[in-house]
Formats: sequence, structure tokens, C-alpha cells
Amino acid sequence: MSPNADSLAVEVRGLSKRFGDTAAVAGLDLGLERGSVLALLGPNGAGKTTTVEICEGFLRPDSGRARVLGLDPVTRAEQLRPRIGVMPQGGGAYPGIHAAEMLRLVASCTADPLDPAWLLDILGLSAAGRTPYKRLSGGQQQRLSLACALVGRPELVFLDEPTAGMDPQARRLVWELIAALRADGVSVLLTTHLMDEAETLADRVVIVDQGRAVAEGTPDELTAPPHGQQELRFRSQPALDLELLLAALPEGCRATEVRSGHYVVHGAIDPQAVSTVTSWCAHHGVLAQELRVSRRSLEDVFLELTGRELRN
Amino acid sequence: MKADSEARTSGEAAAAFPPGTFRPSPGRAHPLRMLAAHTRTEAILTLRHGEQALLTLIIPLGLLIGASTLLPGAVDAIVPRILALAVMSTAFTGQAIALGFDRRYGVIKRLSATALPRWVLISGRVLATLIVVALQAIVLGITAVLLGWAPPAGGLLLSIPLLVLGTVTFGAAGVLVGGILRAEIVLALANAIWFVLLLAGGLAVPPEELPGAVGILARFLPSGALAEALQAVLTSGQPPGLQPVLVLLVWGAAAGGLASRTTRPT
Repeated sequence: MSPNADSLAVEVRGLSKRFGDTAAVAGLDLGLERGSVLALLGPNGAGKTTTVEICEGFLRPDSGRARVLGLDPVTRAEQLRPRIGVMPQGGGAYPGIHAAEMLRLVASCTADPLDPAWLLDILGLSAAGRTPYKRLSGGQQQRLSLACALVGRPELVFLDEPTAGMDPQARRLVWELIAALRADGVSVLLTTHLMDEAETLADRVVIVDQGRAVAEGTPDELTAPPHGQQELRFRSQPALDLELLLAALPEGCRATEVRSGHYVVHGAIDPQAVSTVTSWCAHHGVLAQELRVSRRSLEDVFLELTGRELRN
Repeated sequence: MKADSEARTSGEAAAAFPPGTFRPSPGRAHPLRMLAAHTRTEAILTLRHGEQALLTLIIPLGLLIGASTLLPGAVDAIVPRILALAVMSTAFTGQAIALGFDRRYGVIKRLSATALPRWVLISGRVLATLIVVALQAIVLGITAVLLGWAPPAGGLLLSIPLLVLGTVTFGAAGVLVGGILRAEIVLALANAIWFVLLLAGGLAVPPEELPGAVGILARFLPSGALAEALQAVLTSGQPPGLQPVLVLLVWGAAAGGLASRTTRPT
């Protein structure tokens, strides 16, 4: 099914936003299909939060347009807000309010909320229910913020770096929650700079850098090597004769010893190529260790696309 | 990675959260329910805040009891000024500091992101301030009666709209200061203004007893205007003069108009 306007929970076209001399978002396009999870992946300052805040109606774009559930998020904010859940970066609550009071306040704004006590319990906040917000740990504030985003049973949630500052257990829990949201038909737009988070949760990933989408696709599509560009890595004795191996491998393959004893073969890696490599090792009387035909990780893709800027 | 593959399995998530747990059912609560919940929260947070209680109740109460004991027979002159001080403490200083720190902690943005309409966000704060001022007035009034205060009944009735007007005027000024500056600066500035207005703004000392230009200026400050108007109605039982009411209205309109342009959510 090809995405069309009706099936999109969020549609962003040619979005641009400047702050002074800085272009935070520069011609960004993206589409979140209803009931799916879209991850905006990018380094700090890539424009992720600005994009999300435009979609939430907190910021007005300089040009381009955003449609959220078919509505203009700025002019139709009052109609839109009851239908969406928002987890702003860094949370937000009265400094002196107890965690449970804050969640009840947000719940009381909605028609058919989840049970706040249950939500606090599953997020491990029951014991902190009477703790003032300013005395909660960073991770607890994040979990309370997530609870506030979910309590109104929204059809679309915006999660801006939902696991920032969380310990590994809490992160796992949040991942399970997001998977459950998706299973129940909630659309999720999340930002992250964590590769594994995007790879695990997202149906589609948009890699953002300097306000632009530099790559877009499912995690599988993004990490799939271009045809004929797989790679095979293995370890063995240093300084083996690569000429013999190259002669045996199909046309177009390249073999290099990247470090002493670490070999990489680039090209169309098929079962025959793997067999050729192991035969070649057998011919030398050595063992191919840690032999692995790898896909690129999302991190490889990400660094390939954005790494140059990080180094500058 | 193990963790990834497990979290990817929908069965794993389904075990923790039965299907349908998060089935969307969005909608806005009745506006009056939102207003009640927001007002209640704001009022409770103000009453629970220790430093605020000191500012809004302990200091006015201490001044009332102290001054009435030191100056026998002066309670009728003291009570209107103490009430004006209580209004300024809650609506201006307390409101400004609370807003400054609420912005720091991102609550305005957080609440804007819910179904709470803007008018509820503003009305809730105003109503909560009026509730706190009403509680202060009741506690101070009862204490004053015990100290021998005997205001005319008509004056008591007339003082109610004046207290409301004073609360709204000082509240607008509080939002103006608390809505734009950094929290620490708000804290320092709101307390400094409170102190200056108490001593030189016609609150502790009536404008006519202040030296020269300061005395004239005090009549055109909301502090002096509210104190003078309350003094007039609570001693004579007659409506206040037009001048102090106009001063309060102009300050309130100016501060409110400016605040609506300058107040930032974070």
C-alpha cells in the first residue's frame, strides 16, 4: 500500500525553520503512516526537536507545511491537542507538585483517561507518587513525562528522546511500551540519537542531519548493502597471499588485509564465495576465525551519512 | 543483540500489556472540570509552599498582631494596609516567583500540550490566587476582630470588589515580571519590589505621611492606591474615591496588556 494523505498521521513537506542565522530545519520531508512508528534519528542539533515542536504546534515554520492528523498544528491546535500525546524533551511539571498529582491533573483534562495509579505502577513510579517533581531523578522525571503523554489515550504520540537519562531496565520498559502502543494502533513519532532504539522500535527511520533528511527507509532497507556490496570479514594468520584468493573469487571482488590478520572481502558474497574463502584458508593450512558476512549496522549508515559533519 | 530481538517480538510486549491497553480513545474533558482541576492544583501548590506561606500569611499576620499591640486603638487604621499587603504578597510576589520557576521547570509548555485551552490556563491561575487571597482575608479579618477591629458592614461588602481588583492588578504585574525573566532574577526582583512598595509605596506608611515626591508618587502606585481605597471603605463604609480605583485599573490594564505580549512559556 503506498502512503497517501489519508493514511498519514503526520505529513511534513519542505519544512524550514531558522533561528537567527541558524537553519534548524532546512526543507525537511517526512510522513508517518497511521499506526506505525517513525524514528527521527540524528545527531544533537540536527533539527529533530524543532521539527517535533512544529508538529505539536509550538513553533510556526518559516516555510513548508506540517499536517498532523490532517490538521494544521498551529491554527487548529485546540482541536489537535486533545488527540495527541506529547512528551517534551526534558519533561515538564510544577517544581513542587507530587508525581501522582501531576499525572492526575493531566488525566483530568481528557475524556477517557487511563488509570493514573496503574500507569504510575507500570512505570515504576508508585513509590515516588508523593515526591515533588523537582526531587525526582532525571529518569523518573522522564517516565512521569511519558505517563503524561499516554494517559489521555491519544491516537498519536510525539516522544522527544523518550529514553534520555534512563537506566537500561527503564529503557527496556519504554521500548516494550512503545511496541504495545504500536500494536494497539497508536501512531508514534519519536526522536532519538540511539541507533539501537531506532533499529528496534521503528517501522521507518528518517536520518536527519543539519535540518535535512539524508536517508529514509525501514531499518532493513537502510542497513541493506547496495547490491554486490556485501562484505565478508574474518581473522587468520597475518600476511596470507591474497593473489591466490582473488584469483579464485568471482569477478569484481576485492580482498584486503585491513589490519594485521584481519581480512575483508568486498563484493557479491554468495555461498560459493564463502566456500572459496574457507578453501583458500585450508590451502594455507590455517583456520578462518570469526568469519562473518555482515550487513551494515544502522550506526555505519548513520556515520557514513553524518560522520563528516561530526568530525568538522 | 539479544535485547533487541526480544523487544522486537510483539508477543513479549503483549505479555506485559494486554492487547487493547492503549487503544486510542482521545477526547477533551469538560472545560469546567479542567478549570476545577487546574485551579485546585494551583491553590494547593501555593498553600503548600513554605516560603510562599511565610510571605502571604505569616508576615502580614505578624505585622497585624505586632502593630495592633504596639499601637493600641490603631487597629482600624492598620487592617486595611495589612489586607493590601496580603494582596500584594500573594498576587504579585508569590505569583511572579511561582511563574518564574514554573517556566524553568517547563510546566507551561507541558500544560499547553494537553487539552487545557489557553483561557483555562490563565483563569485557573487567577482563580487560585483569588482563593488564596480570600483565605488570607478571612484569617486576617478574624484575627483583627479578636484584636478589636470593628469595621462597618457596608465597608466589608465594598472591600470585596476592591480586593478582587487589587488581586487582578497585582496578579497582572506578577505575571509581567515572572513571565519574562530568569527564575533567580524573578525571585530577587519580586522580593525587592515587595520591600520597596511596602516601605515607600504607601503601604506601611500612608502616602500623605511620606516625604514630598515619594508621597505623591505613592498615590499613583497600585500599593498606595489599594491601601488608600481599602482604608476609605473600611473606615467610612462609603465607596472609595475614583482616583485609587482608576490607578488600579490603569496599572492592571497596562501590566496585563504588556504581559500578554512578553510572557514566554519557558
